[in-house]
Amino acid sequence: MEELKVSKIAEGTVIDHIRAGLAPLVLRILGIEHGYPGSAIMAMNVKSSRHGKKDIVKVEGQFLDEETINKIAIIAPQATINIIRDYKVVEKHRVELPERLVGLVKCPNRNCITNSPEGVETIFIPEEGGKLRCHYCEESVDLRRVELYY
Amino acid sequence: MRDWRGADVISIRDLGREEIEQVLARAAEIEPDPDLLRGKIMASLFFEPSTRTQLSFASAMERLGGRVIGFSGVGGTSIQKGESLHDTVKMAERYADIIVIRHPLEGSARFAADVASVPVINAGDGANQHPSQTLLDLFTIKRFCGRLDGLHIGMVGDLKYGRTVHSLASALTNFEGIKLRLISPPSLRMPPKILEEELRGRVAFEEIQDLDLADLDVVYMTRIQGERFPDVEEYERVKGAYVLDLEACRQLKPEAIILHPLPRVGEIDPEVDRLPQAKYFEQAANGVPVRMALLSLIFLGR
Ligand SMILES: [Zn+2]
Repeated sequence: MEELKVSKIAEGTVIDHIRAGLAPLVLRILGIEHGYPGSAIMAMNVKSSRHGKKDIVKVEGQFLDEETINKIAIIAPQATINIIRDYKVVEKHRVELPERLVGLVKCPNRNCITNSPEGVETIFIPEEGGKLRCHYCEESVDLRRVELYY
Repeated sequence: MRDWRGADVISIRDLGREEIEQVLARAAEIEPDPDLLRGKIMASLFFEPSTRTQLSFASAMERLGGRVIGFSGVGGTSIQKGESLHDTVKMAERYADIIVIRHPLEGSARFAADVASVPVINAGDGANQHPSQTLLDLFTIKRFCGRLDGLHIGMVGDLKYGRTVHSLASALTNFEGIKLRLISPPSLRMPPKILEEELRGRVAFEEIQDLDLADLDVVYMTRIQGERFPDVEEYERVKGAYVLDLEACRQLKPEAIILHPLPRVGEIDPEVDRLPQAKYFEQAANGVPVRMALLSLIFLGR
């Protein structure tokens, strides 16, 4: 397959090395949907030196806050964040799961206090083996199957 | 040694071997003492009734000279009028020095502990945790078997929904050389999540269907509940296959012990009660010293 050229952005963020197929979820986390006024580029299943295939998302004019980066870390733990200024990468780092994920992940246990009218915000703690555990009901959930609050 | 003063007791996962042994050692020596917790008040918040647990916490508190306030079931309380768990806990912390909570939602006890300024003991949060039950099970095993390492333990019946066996199996991973024989119908097997995430690599386990009790040190029986089965015939057949009667008990070693969290609904033939191995009534009675030990550790650090 011929290398796909993905245009550059002037100012903004490139989220690279997203596991192939997950770029639409990243767009959702970034709030890029029907009616989004800015410019953004998504590439899916492009060749990667590291993982075979990968997805890439580039957003013009957006610099991500910690909560957004944490959400991306949940669904795409191998992603890298590149900050672009004047067409150049000025900062590059891998996403990292924080010690506690507050209010981001839905608990899959219907009988959990966080799914009750009590209105308790979810707290998940990352564990070995790509899992998150609910601080309250102790249910574990596979990172690849998490449901986020968008 | 961990400093227990002011600690919450929410999940057996929070307790390592050392903490478990501290509780069991204190439970083994503690005697009723009307001066030990004189002037202390326990708020017993039972959002769903559990007579045995509620009475045994109350008995433990009163035997140490403390007093108990609270409710059991939400009928006639402000909770029925829609008061939140948060507000009930904030009220209770002003009336009492410790909160004991039982609530049908999983995670409710952890939430109460996060919200409350006084220590909280979880007396059962839905299908999740009931750490004082697990501690009294361990205490009973230690008392009669003399140790918690190197034991061969059979768990019988409903291993799918039975919270007590999940927590006990998980707690046993703190000890050395444990072998588990998981005896259940295929439809009520121990959840794969528990087998893989908690047990594999930490204890040896086998899953079988026949009531084979040979070589076991402990036989832990559970209730098989009718509502878990779509049809009555299947329920009757399965239930009948996991009944401990005198005939089944002939397989037991003389020094083996039979436990059951009680109440039983026919899993153990009453004739078994007179066997020297039957220890389930002692097990239920051990709820009081174990809860006395927890209260003493939380209030006094010893
Ligand atoms: Zn939960």
